[in-house]
Amino acid sequence: MMIDLAVWLILLPLIWASLAFMAGPGRGARLAIPALGLQLLLVLLLAGTVSESGAIGLAVGGWGAPLGIDLAADGLSVAMLLLTQVIALPLAIYARSYFQVKAPEGRYFWPLCGFLLAGLNGLYLSADLFNLYVTLELVGLAAVALVAADGGSRQLVAALRYLFATLLGSGSYLLAVALIYAAYGTVSMATLAPVITAEAPFVVWLAGGLMLVGLMIKTALFPFHFWLPPAHGGASAPVSALLSALVVKASFYLLLRLWLGPFAGLTASAGLLGWLPATLGALAIFWGSCQAIRAQRIKMLIAYSTVAQLGYLFLIFPLLTSEAALRAGIMQAFAHGLAKAAMFMAAGVLIKATGQDRVDSLAGAAQQLPLTMFAFGLAGVTLTGLPPSAGFLAKWLLIEAAIGQGAWSIAVVVLVGGLLAAGYVFRVLRQGFLLVPAIAADAPSFHPVPRTLEWMALLLAAASALLGLRGVELMELVALGGAA
Amino acid sequence: MTSGLLFACVGAGLFVMGGSGVLLLKHLLRRILAFNLMGSGAFLVLVGMAQRHGIADPVTQAMVLTGIVVAVAATALALALVRHLYRLSGKLELPEAADDD
Repeated sequence: MMIDLAVWLILLPLIWASLAFMAGPGRGARLAIPALGLQLLLVLLLAGTVSESGAIGLAVGGWGAPLGIDLAADGLSVAMLLLTQVIALPLAIYARSYFQVKAPEGRYFWPLCGFLLAGLNGLYLSADLFNLYVTLELVGLAAVALVAADGGSRQLVAALRYLFATLLGSGSYLLAVALIYAAYGTVSMATLAPVITAEAPFVVWLAGGLMLVGLMIKTALFPFHFWLPPAHGGASAPVSALLSALVVKASFYLLLRLWLGPFAGLTASAGLLGWLPATLGALAIFWGSCQAIRAQRIKMLIAYSTVAQLGYLFLIFPLLTSEAALRAGIMQAFAHGLAKAAMFMAAGVLIKATGQDRVDSLAGAAQQLPLTMFAFGLAGVTLTGLPPSAGFLAKWLLIEAAIGQGAWSIAVVVLVGGLLAAGYVFRVLRQGFLLVPAIAADAPSFHPVPRTLEWMALLLAAASALLGLRGVELMELVALGGAA
Repeated sequence: MTSGLLFACVGAGLFVMGGSGVLLLKHLLRRILAFNLMGSGAFLVLVGMAQRHGIADPVTQAMVLTGIVVAVAATALALALVRHLYRLSGKLELPEAADDD
């Protein structure tokens, strides 16, 4: 039974994506939404199985390594699968009404979205380094195609930049896989974990370095973030939400998995190594937040906020000797995923309603679109890290872990980062809530938008703000099967 | 120097050349070619270093075949994007500065 669950999580999106492609441009929503509901059910069943019997592994088709493909699911991967499906379902309902109004943008959304989700689910379930490479490329290529699907030359330029960055990242990852295979004759993570020790030969250190750099490029960690804002800010709203909430988390998950799994021997012996991603993460928080505060267009503001929020994920690396840091990282991934999806969806509504995307043009939005501005505000609460949101819990756990290990600098970065986040969130809210529109003649006109769009954004925003109350269950799930 | 190590060294050289090409070149077609060179370099390392006593390892062969499929797909996507960009803007280069705003 549990075998079927894991395999179907990969097969199901592949099937509906292929059917959506065959059905023709713009079609497939009616198939995708029930299928996504089914996927959510499968993940919940899988979570139940994992919490009962611990981490599971299976050989697809009974072949087994080295020629066959092994899948594995533990608490960490089930948590990421859960995040993916929980965001994908409301996003699909949103996308359906979004693209009904503005059809040409969404011609290839459904097939590409399905392939992207299949790649993500496959990535979270993979048990060997090479399979991870293939799924990583699947995710990257589908994401690039989604950015380009809008069709303007601006989007094409962003997509090409994204493509070259992602190919460079996965290229270094592939070379690292080759070096690991040369050194140990296997790519299975479970087999590699005990044999890679601090006395490993130089090629293994080189491989680890290549993987670290490659995955940092793909996660858009400062200073490799150059491709992210134009790609995420330029795409249509459902695509931006999908990319910012889910795609960048995949390479972060992989980095975390490698750090704690196969390369644990190396990372434990070089204690200072964790400060490299953490320092870059701190710089990302400052740089991303400052750019977000300065941004003129609302979607660029949100995209730069993604650069900043990704920085928090990397602050946990020097602290990973304690379990609390891992929990903080996963909680931040959930908080940012839910809140950022909600924020891009709300921005999509605002852009559709006002017909333009400048922050300055939002005056009066709260009167016309109260639900949407409320959703944006709730998501902002999570990003800023106010209680009881998931963002608060993530920052609390992170500060606790940092102080527990005497890393005061990380605690300070987290606190200052929260203030900076408040800066860019309130820029939007101030425009939306406080400024009364001028005389009727030159007041911005608001087009009516489908209610579904507003409600879906609010749903995810509320989930991000209220997850803090149910954080214990999630943390119990992550601890299952021990990622370390 | 065994033949396997020779393959691996050539592969590493190709990878570095290709990688710097992807980073530094301006012309988009040349960047796509550079990416392919980079991929071929990684494949050579994979095939070359996994040889034990001159006997080829079937697992790496399977991996390289999969890798080639992925590289072809990526190249096709890149070419399609470049062609579309050329049709829209008449240029085969990306604009200098990323427009931040």
